[in-house]
Amino acid sequence: MAARTRYAPDRGLTVRMTATMFLLGLVFVAFVALIIGIMTAANASGASIILVAVVFGGGSAFISLFFSDKIALAAAGAQVVTPQQAPELHGIVDRLCALADMSKPRVAISPARMPNAFATGRNSEHSVLCVTEGLLYHSDLTQEELEGILAHELSHVAHKDVQVMTYASLLAIVAGLLVRFAFYSELFGGARRSDNGQAALLIPLIMLASVVVYAISFLLIRLLSRYRELAADRSGALLTQNPSALISALTKVSRGMNQIPTQDLRAAEPLNAFYFAPAMKLSGGRGRGGGGGGASLSALFSTHPSLDKRIEQLSRIQRELGQPGAEPRGLR
Amino acid sequence: MGFLDTLFGRTKPVQPKLDDLFGLPSAAIQLEAAAGFKPTGSGSVSFRAPEGKPFADIQKEVLELLDMDNGKPGGGLPVEVTKDSYGYTWLVSNHMSDEMDALVTDLHAVNSALVDGGFGPQLLCTLVAFRDENNRRLSLVYLYKRGTFYPFAPLGGGNNRDNALELQVKGVLGDDLKFEQDLTRWFPVWGAPGL
Repeated sequence: MAARTRYAPDRGLTVRMTATMFLLGLVFVAFVALIIGIMTAANASGASIILVAVVFGGGSAFISLFFSDKIALAAAGAQVVTPQQAPELHGIVDRLCALADMSKPRVAISPARMPNAFATGRNSEHSVLCVTEGLLYHSDLTQEELEGILAHELSHVAHKDVQVMTYASLLAIVAGLLVRFAFYSELFGGARRSDNGQAALLIPLIMLASVVVYAISFLLIRLLSRYRELAADRSGALLTQNPSALISALTKVSRGMNQIPTQDLRAAEPLNAFYFAPAMKLSGGRGRGGGGGGASLSALFSTHPSLDKRIEQLSRIQRELGQPGAEPRGLR
Repeated sequence: MGFLDTLFGRTKPVQPKLDDLFGLPSAAIQLEAAAGFKPTGSGSVSFRAPEGKPFADIQKEVLELLDMDNGKPGGGLPVEVTKDSYGYTWLVSNHMSDEMDALVTDLHAVNSALVDGGFGPQLLCTLVAFRDENNRRLSLVYLYKRGTFYPFAPLGGGNNRDNALELQVKGVLGDDLKFEQDLTRWFPVWGAPGL
């Protein structure tokens, strides 16, 4: 019964993603253990700071997860469009969803002139797929290339990337808040507690631990984000069976990205992680053109893998598709 | 998708369900009796042709498979291959209007050939066309991944569809065929060949 399949799983990517998530979990456990340790050291002000940070951090993460679609649409100034308003766009999405057997997200268009697309929403029922007017009207993308981009975004929805990334960032949010709270309580509350030697020591300790945790988890989250971009590229290319179109779309969109004035890019920065191609690059990220080679600092911080990496993976899929029927494989 | 697939960002290819297609002949009789729509004898299979060479072979194989009937008396008409504006390939099989069984058998043969070739996940939908005496157009669309049908009735020349007729057909055939309950998946197939 096992039909032949051309979908070879990418074990390497799975392994790297697992390792990243394991490290994130490890940091999380260590951090929680430390906090419990500090709390049991029975210092009221330290404990309350931690509690407030957890509540605030968890609350803000929950809100951003729950309203991610509305927040992103508002930030991008995008409008949800009906099939009558954008029949072509809906037609492509309809067919891709039917191929992938997923429920159709809402489709929105943002007035931004830079060519880009993003998908967000906590699950497929509440997800929205947004493309910019720049992508639809001002770029020289063919329909196949546009389809490749939409398939990439639909894969983000199918992989529940918004949820995964929110849970992954939870720790960093709490740690970041702790740094700030501890810093302010040190500034303003220091004098009052000067009689309590233990407390004076505890606050800087929380701050130090939080800084370390924040830094490590920040890097791990960015790493995870890059892996998930690769996973979405891969799934998108397999869905359309057309990795070549995705490659040319990536090249065109990245090229278009560089021609956009800086102000527009800064306005788009909060949405960066969800975009098809990063709108905002850290300074020094010019090695992307192929000359750079070595792993630079900007590569470590960026939400998206380098263009070269993405094209390299897609070329591999291109070759796999070009091969005559693979042997039956398990689903993994 | 399972939990692990979500965690690792993997997409499992979705295999098509083929067998529900055989409910069509009896549904066609029911449709004619209750709503006056007769099959035009035209049916088509839509799929996504992957880039790369081996697909050309599969396509050739499918064409040979469908044309086999030509030799026999009363066999099918030649099959057409077209590509729509969305980049999907359509294989259209034409029969006489009373040969619903033969049409479905042909369509199933195309599907099986594609699935055996490892292209099952690329099957999009199958479409069987109907007309009534007033020349109103109707088609039943079969979604492979869901194993469900939905009606599609284009109205006039523009992009309008006759939702009332579609819902009426769902009411008439609801017991005979598995209908797609999620209405957002009833996507329009404008300009589908054989419609």
